[in-house]
Amino acid sequence: MATPPALQTARHCPYAPPQEHTRIRDADGGVGRVTLGSGQEAWVLSRLDQIRTMLTDARFSSDRQDPNFPRFSPGGRPTGGMRPSLIELDPPAHGAARRAVVGEFTVRRMADLRPRIQEIVDEHIDAMLAGPRPADLVRDLALPVPSLVICEQLGVPYADHDFFQVRSAAVLRRDTSAEDRDRVVHELVGYLKDLIASKAEDPPDDLLGRQLAQGRDPEDVLSLAFLLLIAGHETTANMISLGVVTLLERPDELARMLEDPERTLPAIEELLRVYTIAEFANARVTTEDVEIDGVVIPAGEPVVALSNAANHDPSAFPDAERIQLDRGARNHVAFGFGIHQCLGQNLARMELQVVFDTLFRRVPTLRLATPADELPYKDDAFIYGIHELPVTWGEAA
Amino acid sequence: MTRIVAELDRCIGAGQCVLADPGAFDQREDDGTVVVLEEHPADDTAVQRARTAVDTCPSRTLSLVE
Ligand code: HEM
Ligand code: SF4
Repeated sequence: MATPPALQTARHCPYAPPQEHTRIRDADGGVGRVTLGSGQEAWVLSRLDQIRTMLTDARFSSDRQDPNFPRFSPGGRPTGGMRPSLIELDPPAHGAARRAVVGEFTVRRMADLRPRIQEIVDEHIDAMLAGPRPADLVRDLALPVPSLVICEQLGVPYADHDFFQVRSAAVLRRDTSAEDRDRVVHELVGYLKDLIASKAEDPPDDLLGRQLAQGRDPEDVLSLAFLLLIAGHETTANMISLGVVTLLERPDELARMLEDPERTLPAIEELLRVYTIAEFANARVTTEDVEIDGVVIPAGEPVVALSNAANHDPSAFPDAERIQLDRGARNHVAFGFGIHQCLGQNLARMELQVVFDTLFRRVPTLRLATPADELPYKDDAFIYGIHELPVTWGEAA
Repeated sequence: MTRIVAELDRCIGAGQCVLADPGAFDQREDDGTVVVLEEHPADDTAVQRARTAVDTCPSRTLSLVE
């Protein structure tokens, strides 16, 4: 049998899924076969209903130790010697691990965090405005805000933030060599181990301290800490920068959004849908034969949800290719679906909300210093985004 | 009369229900699981919001029974 076509990881258009994937969705019944960057052949699902079914069916496992779990690049998966974290656990272990921490991320807890997030955002905008023009919005705002927020929540001292930013970016970049990735993971794990040990004696009132005070095993707290740092850092940063570009490119819609604070959250949902930045997080391995729309996927097979194609599925989202900030659809799978749906989603929503509500009001003359179609989009990363976002403001120079 | 049913052992605390209708749903402080505040949606708009909660709940915890 011929080798299936390669999974398309690079995007030729920032707003649209690759044609190879929409063709599977629209012409091939939604189920297809691809070859992954590791050389593995994998199944792909591409319609919204198929992906929701997959992600709520326990026969699709998240066990990354399984040799048939999808791998997107050659080489092994570094574990840093850690126990499997939340995102890798299947039921029933997953439920217990998730409930031990999800109280930290409820909608209400995130609302309580709002004033502190507002301060952090204001300080970073002040600093940007005090600096030279153009500024890089990724470096000055998009990266440091979520990074500072998650580090404060966990109880990581601010002095160590640069250390984290550099290393988590390297873990996520697709072109990082296997040796470099191993070394970086090792350094992060070593740091977190020491941090957790220092909190064990007299647990402070921060997320890691509270996990220890609940009597959770420090080894489990370590894998949780690592996951939260990696998962909460660059994802939100990428949505901030992609969102700023999109909104600046649509001044009329931006003006309407700013008229009514109720419009920000629906706009965020639409941005999440359109960009689906963490598309390849939705990967599984089958533990039994599963039939999806008449196709039998045998047990022990890698399966990847083409969430970006699904989030542009015209049968689920009318006029799906158009960005409509007031669409108000929350049935997208940008945060995944099923038991692993993003733990940090309400934190991410709150951060995006504060940034968008503040930035355009405080800096009404904000504009791109590089045309949107010439920006360095992250075609080389596991999570989609923009490397650098030059912006300027005030009178034209 | 329409009633909202939550199978608590399925809930993973995603909070999608609270986003859909903060008047009808809340989350417990300790483990983030759902608390149904308004078991019976009062009117058509409330039923509509409850449907959104049922549809967006990622762990299929919620259902509507007539
Ligand atoms: C816009 C930003 C974000 C996006 C698009 C995103 C996307 C995702 C996706 C698609 C998943 C599902 C993975 C799977 O099914 O295996 C996920 C899971 C997860 N995310 Fe996020 N995420 C974002 C922000 C955050 C933040 C801010 C945090 C933490 C502070 C976070 C922590 C997690 C964790 C812990 C999981 C695993 C949950 C579980 O397995 O039960 N994420 N995220
Ligand atoms: S949306 Fe579902 S999983 Fe999330 S808190 Fe509500 S009931 Fe629980």
